[in-house]
Amino acid sequence: MLTTVQDLGRTGYQALGVSTGGAMDPTALRVANLLVGNPEGAAGLEVTLVGPTLVALSPVLMAITGGALGPSVNGVPVPERRAIALSAGDVVAFGCAPAGARAYIAIAGGIEVPAVMGSRATDLGVAIGGLEGRALRRGDVVPTGTPSAAARRTMRRLEAAGRRVAWWGAAPHLRRARLIDPIVRVMRGPEYDWFSGEADRAFWETSWRITDRSNRMGLRLEGGRVALPAARELVSSPVATGTIQVPPGGEPIILMADRQTVGGYPRIAQVCEVDLAVLAQLTPGARFRMTEISLIDAAQLLLARERDIYDLGNGLAIHHL
Amino acid sequence: MSPVEPRVRALSERVILVEFGDTAAMDAATRARVRAGVLALTREAIDGTTDVVPAYNTIAVHLDAASLGHFPAPYLEQVLREVRARVSDMPETPPAPGRLVEIPVVYGGVDGPDLDEVADHTGLTAAQVVALHAGAVYEVAMIGFSPGFPYLAGMPEQLTTPRRTTPRTHVPAGSVAIGGRQTGIYPQASPGGWRLIGRTTRVLFAPGEDPPALLAPGDRVRFVPVD
Repeated sequence: MLTTVQDLGRTGYQALGVSTGGAMDPTALRVANLLVGNPEGAAGLEVTLVGPTLVALSPVLMAITGGALGPSVNGVPVPERRAIALSAGDVVAFGCAPAGARAYIAIAGGIEVPAVMGSRATDLGVAIGGLEGRALRRGDVVPTGTPSAAARRTMRRLEAAGRRVAWWGAAPHLRRARLIDPIVRVMRGPEYDWFSGEADRAFWETSWRITDRSNRMGLRLEGGRVALPAARELVSSPVATGTIQVPPGGEPIILMADRQTVGGYPRIAQVCEVDLAVLAQLTPGARFRMTEISLIDAAQLLLARERDIYDLGNGLAIHHL
Repeated sequence: MSPVEPRVRALSERVILVEFGDTAAMDAATRARVRAGVLALTREAIDGTTDVVPAYNTIAVHLDAASLGHFPAPYLEQVLREVRARVSDMPETPPAPGRLVEIPVVYGGVDGPDLDEVADHTGLTAAQVVALHAGAVYEVAMIGFSPGFPYLAGMPEQLTTPRRTTPRTHVPAGSVAIGGRQTGIYPQASPGGWRLIGRTTRVLFAPGEDPPALLAPGDRVRFVPVD
Protein backbone atom coordinates (compact mmCIF):
# COMPACT_ATOMS: atom_id res chain seq x y z
CA MET A 1 0.00 0.00 0.00
CA LEU A 2 1.34 3.41 -0.93
CA THR A 3 -0.84 6.41 -0.20
CA THR A 4 0.77 9.85 -0.20
CA VAL A 5 -0.35 13.46 0.01
CA GLN A 6 0.12 15.08 -3.42
CA ASP A 7 -0.73 18.36 -5.09
CA LEU A 8 0.36 19.65 -8.50
CA GLY A 9 4.00 19.72 -7.42
CA ARG A 10 6.83 21.97 -6.46
CA THR A 11 7.60 24.50 -9.14
CA GLY A 12 10.31 27.13 -9.15
CA TYR A 13 13.05 25.06 -7.52
CA GLN A 14 14.25 22.83 -10.34
CA ALA A 15 17.32 25.03 -10.83
CA LEU A 16 18.31 23.97 -7.29
CA GLY A 17 17.87 20.30 -8.14
CA VAL A 18 14.43 19.91 -6.55
CA SER A 19 12.04 17.55 -8.37
CA THR A 20 8.66 18.87 -9.38
CA GLY A 21 6.90 15.84 -7.94
CA GLY A 22 3.17 16.05 -7.33
CA ALA A 23 0.39 13.82 -8.62
CA MET A 24 1.47 11.20 -11.19
CA ASP A 25 -1.89 11.79 -12.94
CA PRO A 26 -2.38 15.53 -12.36
CA THR A 27 -5.54 15.73 -14.44
CA ALA A 28 -7.27 13.25 -12.14
CA LEU A 29 -6.33 15.29 -9.06
CA ARG A 30 -7.48 18.55 -10.68
CA VAL A 31 -10.86 17.03 -11.52
CA ALA A 32 -11.26 15.59 -8.01
CA ASN A 33 -10.58 19.02 -6.52
CA LEU A 34 -13.06 20.78 -8.79
CA LEU A 35 -15.75 18.26 -7.80
CA VAL A 36 -15.46 19.22 -4.13
CA GLY A 37 -15.19 22.97 -4.69
CA ASN A 38 -11.42 23.19 -4.13
CA PRO A 39 -8.86 25.09 -6.17
CA GLU A 40 -7.45 22.67 -8.78
CA GLY A 41 -4.09 22.52 -7.06
CA ALA A 42 -5.26 21.67 -3.53
CA ALA A 43 -3.54 18.71 -1.89
CA GLY A 44 -5.30 15.34 -2.00
CA LEU A 45 -4.36 11.70 -1.52
CA GLU A 46 -2.72 9.60 -4.21
CA VAL A 47 -3.66 5.96 -3.68
CA THR A 48 -1.47 3.38 -5.43
CA LEU A 49 -2.95 -0.02 -6.41
CA VAL A 50 -4.17 -1.02 -2.96
CA GLY A 51 -6.36 1.48 -1.21
CA PRO A 52 -6.28 2.48 2.43
CA THR A 53 -9.32 2.29 4.71
CA LEU A 54 -10.28 5.78 5.86
CA VAL A 55 -12.68 6.86 8.58
CA ALA A 56 -14.30 10.30 8.40
CA LEU A 57 -13.83 12.09 11.74
CA SER A 58 -16.31 14.83 10.82
CA PRO A 59 -18.75 15.47 7.95
CA VAL A 60 -16.79 16.08 4.75
CA LEU A 61 -17.31 16.27 1.01
CA MET A 62 -15.10 13.86 -0.94
CA ALA A 63 -14.48 12.88 -4.56
CA ILE A 64 -12.48 9.99 -6.03
CA THR A 65 -10.98 10.07 -9.54
CA GLY A 66 -8.23 8.42 -11.58
CA GLY A 67 -7.75 4.67 -11.69
CA ALA A 68 -10.78 2.55 -10.79
CA LEU A 69 -9.74 0.94 -7.51
CA GLY A 70 -13.25 -0.08 -6.43
CA PRO A 71 -14.17 2.57 -3.84
CA SER A 72 -16.95 1.97 -1.33
CA VAL A 73 -18.50 3.81 1.62
CA ASN A 74 -19.63 1.63 4.54
CA GLY A 75 -19.34 -1.38 2.24
CA VAL A 76 -21.58 0.07 -0.50
CA PRO A 77 -19.81 0.75 -3.81
CA VAL A 78 -19.75 4.45 -4.71
CA PRO A 79 -19.23 5.98 -8.14
CA GLU A 80 -16.08 7.78 -9.15
CA ARG A 81 -15.98 11.38 -10.32
CA ARG A 82 -18.90 12.51 -8.15
CA ALA A 83 -19.03 14.59 -4.98
CA ILE A 84 -19.83 12.31 -2.04
CA ALA A 85 -21.00 13.57 1.36
CA LEU A 86 -19.53 11.63 4.28
CA SER A 87 -20.83 11.74 7.86
CA ALA A 88 -18.62 11.31 10.88
CA GLY A 89 -17.83 7.61 11.26
CA ASP A 90 -18.30 6.70 7.59
CA VAL A 91 -15.70 4.24 6.33
CA VAL A 92 -14.15 4.64 2.87
CA ALA A 93 -12.48 1.51 1.52
CA PHE A 94 -11.19 0.18 -1.79
CA GLY A 95 -11.71 -3.18 -3.46
CA CYS A 96 -9.45 -5.33 -5.54
CA ALA A 97 -9.10 -6.04 -9.29
CA PRO A 98 -8.19 -2.47 -10.09
CA ALA A 99 -8.44 -0.95 -13.56
CA GLY A 100 -5.67 1.57 -13.32
CA ALA A 101 -2.85 2.11 -10.86
CA ARG A 102 -3.59 5.35 -9.04
CA ALA A 103 -6.75 6.87 -7.60
CA TYR A 104 -7.02 10.38 -6.19
CA ILE A 105 -9.10 11.41 -3.20
CA ALA A 106 -9.96 15.07 -2.82
CA ILE A 107 -11.53 16.37 0.38
CA ALA A 108 -13.29 19.75 0.48
CA GLY A 109 -10.85 22.20 2.04
CA GLY A 110 -7.85 20.20 0.85
CA ILE A 111 -5.30 18.38 2.95
CA GLU A 112 -3.73 20.92 5.23
CA VAL A 113 -0.19 19.81 5.84
CA PRO A 114 2.54 22.47 5.90
CA ALA A 115 3.75 23.56 2.47
CA VAL A 116 7.45 22.95 1.84
CA MET A 117 8.91 25.13 -0.91
CA GLY A 118 5.42 26.15 -1.93
CA SER A 119 3.96 22.64 -2.19
CA ARG A 120 2.37 19.99 0.01
CA ALA A 121 3.45 17.16 -2.32
CA THR A 122 5.23 14.26 -0.61
CA ASP A 123 8.74 13.69 -1.97
CA LEU A 124 9.65 10.29 -0.54
CA GLY A 125 13.25 10.48 -1.76
CA VAL A 126 14.05 13.72 0.07
CA ALA A 127 11.47 13.02 2.81
CA ILE A 128 9.71 16.38 2.54
CA GLY A 129 6.09 17.48 2.12
CA GLY A 130 2.96 15.52 2.97
CA LEU A 131 2.81 13.90 6.38
CA GLU A 132 6.38 14.19 7.69
CA GLY A 133 7.74 13.47 4.22
CA ARG A 134 6.47 9.89 4.25
CA ALA A 135 3.61 7.72 3.02
CA LEU A 136 0.48 7.41 5.15
CA ARG A 137 0.36 4.61 7.67
CA ARG A 138 -2.23 3.06 9.97
CA GLY A 139 -3.43 5.46 12.65
CA ASP A 140 -2.47 8.71 10.87
CA VAL A 141 -4.91 11.57 11.17
CA VAL A 142 -4.99 13.52 7.90
CA PRO A 143 -5.71 17.19 8.61
CA THR A 144 -8.12 18.94 6.24
CA GLY A 145 -8.78 22.63 5.66
CA THR A 146 -11.96 24.66 5.68
CA PRO A 147 -14.35 23.72 2.86
CA SER A 148 -15.18 26.50 0.40
CA ALA A 149 -18.60 28.17 0.44
CA ALA A 150 -19.38 26.19 -2.71
CA ALA A 151 -18.58 22.90 -0.97
CA ARG A 152 -20.75 23.84 2.03
CA ARG A 153 -23.68 24.70 -0.24
CA THR A 154 -23.28 21.37 -2.04
CA MET A 155 -23.25 19.48 1.27
CA ARG A 156 -26.46 21.24 2.36
CA ARG A 157 -28.04 20.52 -0.99
CA LEU A 158 -27.20 16.81 -0.82
CA GLU A 159 -28.50 16.65 2.73
CA ALA A 160 -31.76 18.37 1.75
CA ALA A 161 -32.20 15.87 -1.09
CA GLY A 162 -31.44 12.94 1.22
CA ARG A 163 -28.60 11.83 -1.05
CA ARG A 164 -25.02 10.86 -0.29
CA VAL A 165 -23.80 11.04 -3.87
CA ALA A 166 -24.20 14.06 -6.17
CA TRP A 167 -26.30 13.41 -9.29
CA TRP A 168 -23.84 15.43 -11.36
CA GLY A 169 -20.19 14.69 -11.96
CA ALA A 170 -17.30 14.62 -14.41
CA ALA A 171 -16.71 12.43 -17.45
CA PRO A 172 -13.69 10.09 -17.28
CA HIS A 173 -10.55 11.70 -18.69
CA LEU A 174 -9.31 8.23 -19.62
CA ARG A 175 -11.49 5.55 -21.15
CA ARG A 176 -10.91 2.21 -19.46
CA ALA A 177 -10.31 0.65 -22.88
CA ARG A 178 -7.29 2.92 -23.33
CA LEU A 179 -5.53 1.13 -20.47
CA ILE A 180 -5.55 -2.26 -22.23
CA ASP A 181 -2.50 -2.58 -24.51
CA PRO A 182 -2.55 1.16 -25.08
CA ILE A 183 -0.66 3.18 -27.64
CA VAL A 184 1.39 5.94 -26.06
CA ARG A 185 2.12 8.90 -28.32
CA VAL A 186 5.65 10.31 -28.21
CA MET A 187 7.65 13.04 -29.93
CA ARG A 188 11.23 12.62 -31.08
CA GLY A 189 13.67 13.59 -28.35
CA PRO A 190 16.79 15.77 -28.69
CA GLU A 191 19.08 12.74 -29.23
CA TYR A 192 16.65 10.73 -31.38
CA ASP A 193 19.01 10.94 -34.36
CA TRP A 194 21.79 9.23 -32.41
CA PHE A 195 19.96 5.93 -32.73
CA SER A 196 20.44 3.94 -35.91
CA GLY A 197 17.87 2.10 -38.02
CA GLU A 198 17.87 -1.07 -35.96
CA ALA A 199 17.54 0.65 -32.58
CA ASP A 200 15.00 2.99 -34.05
CA ARG A 201 12.91 0.07 -35.31
CA ALA A 202 13.12 -1.69 -31.94
CA PHE A 203 11.90 1.46 -30.23
CA TRP A 204 8.76 1.74 -32.36
CA GLU A 205 8.01 -1.95 -32.83
CA THR A 206 8.58 -3.38 -29.37
CA SER A 207 5.64 -4.14 -27.16
CA TRP A 208 7.13 -2.55 -24.02
CA ARG A 209 6.42 -3.91 -20.59
CA ILE A 210 6.52 -1.90 -17.37
CA THR A 211 8.79 -3.65 -14.89
CA ASP A 212 8.24 -3.82 -11.15
CA ARG A 213 11.38 -1.70 -10.72
CA SER A 214 9.19 1.25 -11.67
CA ASN A 215 8.12 3.92 -9.22
CA ARG A 216 7.19 7.60 -8.95
CA MET A 217 10.65 8.55 -10.28
CA GLY A 218 10.43 6.58 -13.47
CA LEU A 219 9.02 3.64 -15.38
CA ARG A 220 11.67 1.09 -16.31
CA LEU A 221 10.77 -0.80 -19.47
CA GLU A 222 11.71 -4.20 -20.80
CA GLY A 223 10.88 -6.26 -23.84
CA GLY A 224 13.43 -4.91 -26.30
CA ARG A 225 16.78 -3.18 -26.66
CA VAL A 226 17.44 0.24 -28.12
CA ALA A 227 21.22 0.31 -28.25
CA LEU A 228 23.30 3.25 -29.41
CA PRO A 229 25.41 2.24 -32.44
CA ALA A 230 28.48 3.68 -30.67
CA ALA A 231 29.16 5.11 -27.23
CA ARG A 232 28.68 8.85 -27.29
CA GLU A 233 29.07 11.40 -24.53
CA LEU A 234 26.20 13.59 -23.43
CA VAL A 235 26.90 16.01 -20.62
CA SER A 236 24.09 16.21 -18.10
CA SER A 237 21.18 18.01 -19.73
CA PRO A 238 17.69 19.05 -18.70
CA VAL A 239 14.89 16.51 -18.68
CA ALA A 240 11.15 16.76 -18.15
CA THR A 241 8.40 14.50 -16.95
CA GLY A 242 7.79 12.11 -19.84
CA THR A 243 11.36 12.22 -21.16
CA ILE A 244 12.41 8.75 -22.36
CA GLN A 245 16.07 8.11 -21.60
CA VAL A 246 18.12 5.21 -22.88
CA PRO A 247 20.86 4.02 -20.49
CA PRO A 248 23.75 1.96 -21.91
CA GLY A 249 21.86 -1.34 -21.43
CA GLY A 250 19.31 -0.20 -24.02
CA GLU A 251 16.17 -0.60 -21.89
CA PRO A 252 14.37 2.75 -21.85
CA ILE A 253 13.33 4.64 -18.73
CA ILE A 254 10.37 7.03 -18.81
CA LEU A 255 10.87 9.81 -16.28
CA MET A 256 7.84 10.49 -14.10
CA ALA A 257 6.83 12.98 -11.39
CA ASP A 258 9.71 12.48 -8.92
CA ARG A 259 12.37 12.50 -11.65
CA GLN A 260 15.66 14.32 -11.29
CA THR A 261 15.98 17.74 -12.90
CA VAL A 262 18.87 16.83 -15.23
CA GLY A 263 20.07 13.59 -16.74
CA GLY A 264 23.04 12.24 -18.66
CA TYR A 265 21.45 9.53 -20.82
CA PRO A 266 20.39 10.24 -24.41
CA ARG A 267 16.80 11.42 -24.65
CA ILE A 268 15.31 9.36 -27.47
CA ALA A 269 11.73 10.59 -27.13
CA GLN A 270 9.25 12.59 -25.11
CA VAL A 271 5.78 11.36 -24.15
CA CYS A 272 3.07 13.80 -25.11
CA GLU A 273 1.60 15.39 -22.02
CA VAL A 274 -1.92 14.02 -22.29
CA ASP A 275 -0.61 10.43 -22.50
CA LEU A 276 1.33 10.79 -19.24
CA ALA A 277 -2.02 10.07 -17.58
CA VAL A 278 -2.15 6.71 -19.41
CA LEU A 279 1.34 5.79 -18.19
CA ALA A 280 0.50 6.86 -14.64
CA GLN A 281 -2.39 4.38 -14.69
CA LEU A 282 -0.48 1.35 -16.01
CA THR A 283 0.50 -1.33 -13.51
CA PRO A 284 3.76 -3.30 -13.48
CA GLY A 285 3.54 -6.02 -16.12
CA ALA A 286 1.31 -3.92 -18.39
CA ARG A 287 2.34 -3.67 -22.03
CA PHE A 288 2.09 -0.78 -24.43
CA ARG A 289 3.46 0.43 -27.75
CA MET A 290 4.69 3.79 -28.82
CA THR A 291 3.70 5.78 -31.85
CA GLU A 292 4.94 9.12 -33.12
CA ILE A 293 3.01 12.34 -32.73
CA SER A 294 4.06 15.75 -33.98
CA LEU A 295 4.79 18.53 -31.56
CA ILE A 296 1.97 20.59 -33.06
CA ASP A 297 -0.58 17.81 -32.61
CA ALA A 298 0.61 17.16 -29.06
CA ALA A 299 0.25 20.86 -28.26
CA GLN A 300 -3.29 20.83 -29.65
CA LEU A 301 -4.19 17.86 -27.43
CA LEU A 302 -2.77 19.66 -24.41
CA LEU A 303 -4.79 22.79 -25.18
CA ALA A 304 -7.92 20.68 -25.70
CA ARG A 305 -7.42 19.04 -22.30
CA GLU A 306 -6.94 22.41 -20.63
CA ARG A 307 -10.14 23.63 -22.29
CA ASP A 308 -11.99 20.55 -21.00
CA ILE A 309 -10.83 21.22 -17.45
CA TYR A 310 -11.77 24.87 -17.75
CA ASP A 311 -15.24 23.92 -19.00
CA LEU A 312 -15.63 21.35 -16.22
CA GLY A 313 -14.75 24.00 -13.64
CA ASN A 314 -17.40 26.32 -15.06
CA GLY A 315 -20.02 23.58 -15.22
CA LEU A 316 -19.38 22.50 -11.64
CA ALA A 317 -19.48 26.11 -10.46
CA ILE A 318 -23.13 26.21 -11.58
CA HIS A 319 -23.89 23.01 -9.62
CA HIS A 320 -22.14 24.42 -6.57
CA LEU A 321 -24.40 27.55 -6.58
CA MET B 1 34.23 36.65 -33.45
CA SER B 2 30.68 36.39 -32.28
CA PRO B 3 29.54 32.95 -31.15
CA VAL B 4 26.90 31.07 -33.11
CA GLU B 5 23.32 31.63 -32.10
CA PRO B 6 22.00 29.15 -29.56
CA ARG B 7 19.58 26.54 -30.84
CA VAL B 8 16.05 26.96 -29.51
CA ARG B 9 13.67 24.01 -29.78
CA ALA B 10 10.90 22.31 -27.87
CA LEU B 11 11.57 19.28 -25.68
CA SER B 12 7.83 18.92 -25.09
CA GLU B 13 4.62 20.90 -25.44
CA ARG B 14 5.67 23.01 -22.48
CA VAL B 15 9.43 22.70 -22.07
CA ILE B 16 11.69 24.74 -24.35
CA LEU B 17 15.42 24.00 -24.65
CA VAL B 18 18.10 26.58 -25.40
CA GLU B 19 21.23 24.72 -26.50
CA PHE B 20 24.70 26.28 -26.69
CA GLY B 21 27.45 24.52 -28.64
CA ASP B 22 27.64 20.78 -29.17
CA THR B 23 26.30 18.15 -26.81
CA ALA B 24 29.63 17.56 -25.02
CA ALA B 25 30.54 21.23 -24.42
CA MET B 26 31.22 22.14 -20.81
CA ASP B 27 33.85 24.87 -21.24
CA ALA B 28 33.91 28.18 -19.38
CA ALA B 29 32.78 30.25 -22.38
CA THR B 30 29.71 28.03 -22.86
CA ARG B 31 28.89 28.23 -19.17
CA ALA B 32 29.10 32.02 -19.28
CA ARG B 33 26.62 32.05 -22.15
CA VAL B 34 24.30 29.74 -20.21
CA ARG B 35 24.44 32.14 -17.26
CA ALA B 36 23.69 35.10 -19.48
CA GLY B 37 20.80 33.17 -20.99
CA VAL B 38 19.34 32.33 -17.58
CA LEU B 39 19.51 36.03 -16.65
CA ALA B 40 17.76 37.00 -19.88
CA LEU B 41 15.02 34.40 -19.35
CA THR B 42 14.37 35.23 -15.69
CA ARG B 43 14.72 39.04 -15.76
CA GLU B 44 11.91 39.27 -18.26
CA ALA B 45 10.19 35.91 -17.84
CA ILE B 46 7.87 34.59 -20.52
CA ASP B 47 4.27 34.33 -19.30
CA GLY B 48 3.63 31.01 -17.58
CA THR B 49 7.31 30.26 -16.82
CA THR B 50 7.61 28.07 -13.71
CA ASP B 51 11.28 27.07 -13.91
CA VAL B 52 14.41 28.14 -15.78
CA VAL B 53 16.84 25.25 -15.34
CA PRO B 54 20.48 25.60 -16.41
CA ALA B 55 22.75 22.65 -17.20
CA TYR B 56 26.32 22.70 -18.62
CA ASN B 57 25.37 23.79 -22.12
CA THR B 58 21.58 23.89 -22.10
CA ILE B 59 18.78 25.84 -20.46
CA ALA B 60 15.28 24.41 -20.05
CA VAL B 61 12.31 26.76 -19.72
CA HIS B 62 9.32 25.00 -18.14
CA LEU B 63 5.85 26.47 -18.71
CA ASP B 64 2.69 25.95 -16.72
CA ALA B 65 0.10 23.93 -18.69
CA ALA B 66 -2.87 25.95 -17.46
CA SER B 67 -1.33 29.21 -18.72
CA LEU B 68 -0.80 28.08 -22.31
CA GLY B 69 -4.35 28.80 -23.38
CA HIS B 70 -3.70 32.49 -22.76
CA PHE B 71 -1.30 32.73 -25.69
CA PRO B 72 -2.90 33.62 -28.99
CA ALA B 73 -2.86 30.30 -30.88
CA PRO B 74 -0.59 28.69 -31.87
CA TYR B 75 1.12 29.24 -28.55
CA LEU B 76 4.23 27.14 -29.23
CA GLU B 77 5.41 29.27 -32.13
CA GLN B 78 4.97 32.34 -30.03
CA VAL B 79 6.81 30.88 -27.05
CA LEU B 80 9.71 29.73 -29.24
CA ARG B 81 9.84 33.21 -30.78
CA GLU B 82 9.88 34.86 -27.37
CA VAL B 83 12.65 32.59 -26.08
CA ARG B 84 14.71 33.25 -29.22
CA ALA B 85 14.27 36.98 -28.85
CA ARG B 86 15.65 36.87 -25.30
CA VAL B 87 18.71 34.69 -25.97
CA SER B 88 19.73 35.78 -29.46
CA ASP B 89 20.68 39.30 -28.54
CA MET B 90 22.70 38.75 -25.39
CA PRO B 91 25.63 41.04 -24.54
CA GLU B 92 29.09 39.84 -25.54
CA THR B 93 30.56 40.51 -22.10
CA PRO B 94 30.00 37.61 -19.72
CA PRO B 95 27.90 38.26 -16.61
CA ALA B 96 29.74 39.25 -13.43
CA PRO B 97 31.17 36.29 -11.51
CA GLY B 98 28.89 34.82 -8.85
CA ARG B 99 29.57 35.16 -5.12
CA LEU B 100 32.42 33.14 -3.63
CA VAL B 101 31.47 30.53 -1.02
CA GLU B 102 34.14 28.86 1.11
CA ILE B 103 33.53 25.23 2.08
CA PRO B 104 35.60 23.80 4.95
CA VAL B 105 36.62 20.20 4.24
CA VAL B 106 38.21 17.45 6.28
CA TYR B 107 40.16 15.54 3.62
CA GLY B 108 40.98 11.82 3.80
CA GLY B 109 40.53 9.33 6.60
CA VAL B 110 36.98 8.20 7.38
CA ASP B 111 35.68 11.44 5.84
CA GLY B 112 37.37 10.79 2.49
CA PRO B 113 37.84 7.03 2.16
CA ASP B 114 38.77 7.22 -1.55
CA LEU B 115 41.51 9.86 -1.22
CA ASP B 116 44.26 7.26 -1.51
CA GLU B 117 42.62 5.67 -4.57
CA VAL B 118 42.51 9.06 -6.24
CA ALA B 119 46.18 9.55 -5.37
CA ASP B 120 47.04 6.11 -6.82
CA HIS B 121 45.07 6.74 -9.99
CA THR B 122 46.52 10.21 -10.58
CA GLY B 123 50.10 9.33 -9.58
CA LEU B 124 50.09 12.08 -6.97
CA THR B 125 50.48 11.92 -3.22
CA ALA B 126 47.38 12.37 -1.07
CA ALA B 127 48.79 15.73 0.07
CA GLN B 128 49.20 16.83 -3.55
CA VAL B 129 45.62 15.80 -4.35
CA VAL B 130 44.36 17.91 -1.44
CA ALA B 131 46.58 20.86 -2.38
CA LEU B 132 45.35 20.80 -5.99
CA HIS B 133 41.69 20.28 -5.04
CA ALA B 134 41.74 23.06 -2.44
CA GLY B 135 43.88 25.33 -4.59
CA ALA B 136 41.31 25.86 -7.34
CA VAL B 137 38.27 28.12 -7.53
CA TYR B 138 35.26 26.28 -8.95
CA GLU B 139 32.08 27.43 -10.61
CA VAL B 140 28.69 25.86 -9.91
CA ALA B 141 27.87 24.76 -13.46
CA MET B 142 24.52 23.37 -12.45
CA ILE B 143 22.64 21.73 -9.62
CA GLY B 144 21.14 18.30 -10.11
CA PHE B 145 21.23 14.61 -9.10
CA SER B 146 19.62 15.57 -5.79
CA PRO B 147 18.41 18.84 -4.21
CA GLY B 148 21.35 21.20 -3.78
CA PHE B 149 24.00 18.90 -5.35
CA PRO B 150 26.46 21.25 -7.10
CA TYR B 151 28.28 20.09 -10.21
CA LEU B 152 31.51 22.05 -9.92
CA ALA B 153 33.53 22.94 -13.00
CA GLY B 154 37.15 24.02 -12.87
CA MET B 155 38.83 21.01 -11.29
CA PRO B 156 42.54 20.70 -12.21
CA GLU B 157 42.78 18.08 -14.97
CA GLN B 158 45.40 16.01 -13.11
CA LEU B 159 42.67 15.07 -10.60
CA THR B 160 40.41 13.40 -13.19
CA THR B 161 39.41 10.00 -11.78
CA PRO B 162 36.68 7.74 -13.14
CA ARG B 163 33.67 6.92 -11.01
CA ARG B 164 33.59 3.69 -9.05
CA THR B 165 32.44 0.72 -11.11
CA THR B 166 30.00 -0.20 -8.34
CA PRO B 167 28.32 2.81 -6.73
CA ARG B 168 28.10 2.93 -2.95
CA THR B 169 24.62 2.39 -1.56
CA HIS B 170 25.29 4.96 1.17
CA VAL B 171 27.30 8.13 0.77
CA PRO B 172 27.20 10.33 3.91
CA ALA B 173 25.78 13.85 3.65
CA GLY B 174 28.49 16.47 3.11
CA SER B 175 30.82 14.14 1.22
CA VAL B 176 33.12 15.96 -1.22
CA ALA B 177 33.73 13.79 -4.26
CA ILE B 178 35.36 13.48 -7.68
CA GLY B 179 33.49 11.96 -10.61
CA GLY B 180 35.46 12.02 -13.86
CA ARG B 181 36.35 15.63 -14.72
CA GLN B 182 33.99 17.07 -12.12
CA THR B 183 33.85 17.52 -8.41
CA GLY B 184 30.78 17.93 -6.25
CA ILE B 185 29.27 17.69 -2.79
CA TYR B 186 26.52 15.27 -1.69
CA PRO B 187 23.97 17.39 0.25
CA GLN B 188 22.03 14.39 1.58
CA ALA B 189 22.99 10.83 2.42
CA SER B 190 22.28 8.93 -0.80
CA PRO B 191 23.66 6.24 -3.07
CA GLY B 192 26.53 7.50 -5.22
CA GLY B 193 29.38 6.44 -7.47
CA TRP B 194 31.82 9.32 -7.15
CA ARG B 195 35.16 9.00 -5.30
CA LEU B 196 34.87 10.42 -1.79
CA ILE B 197 37.92 12.52 -0.85
CA GLY B 198 36.60 14.53 2.11
CA ARG B 199 33.61 15.83 3.97
CA THR B 200 32.18 19.19 4.98
CA THR B 201 29.95 20.16 7.88
CA ARG B 202 28.31 22.94 5.83
CA VAL B 203 24.62 22.26 5.19
CA LEU B 204 24.05 22.40 1.44
CA PHE B 205 20.29 21.95 1.42
CA ALA B 206 17.70 22.88 4.05
CA PRO B 207 14.09 22.59 2.79
CA GLY B 208 12.76 25.16 5.28
CA GLU B 209 15.24 27.92 4.39
CA ASP B 210 14.87 30.56 1.72
CA PRO B 211 16.70 29.87 -0.50
CA PRO B 212 16.82 26.19 0.43
CA ALA B 213 20.17 25.56 -1.28
CA LEU B 214 23.49 26.99 -0.10
CA LEU B 215 24.74 27.25 -3.69
CA ALA B 216 23.12 28.46 -6.89
CA PRO B 217 24.29 28.00 -10.49
CA GLY B 218 26.99 30.58 -11.24
CA ASP B 219 28.30 30.77 -7.66
CA ARG B 220 32.01 30.15 -7.11
CA VAL B 221 33.37 27.72 -4.55
CA ARG B 222 36.69 27.32 -2.78
CA PHE B 223 37.45 24.34 -0.52
CA VAL B 224 39.36 25.13 2.67
CA PRO B 225 41.16 22.17 4.29
CA VAL B 226 40.50 21.84 8.03
CA ASP B 227 41.70 19.25 10.54
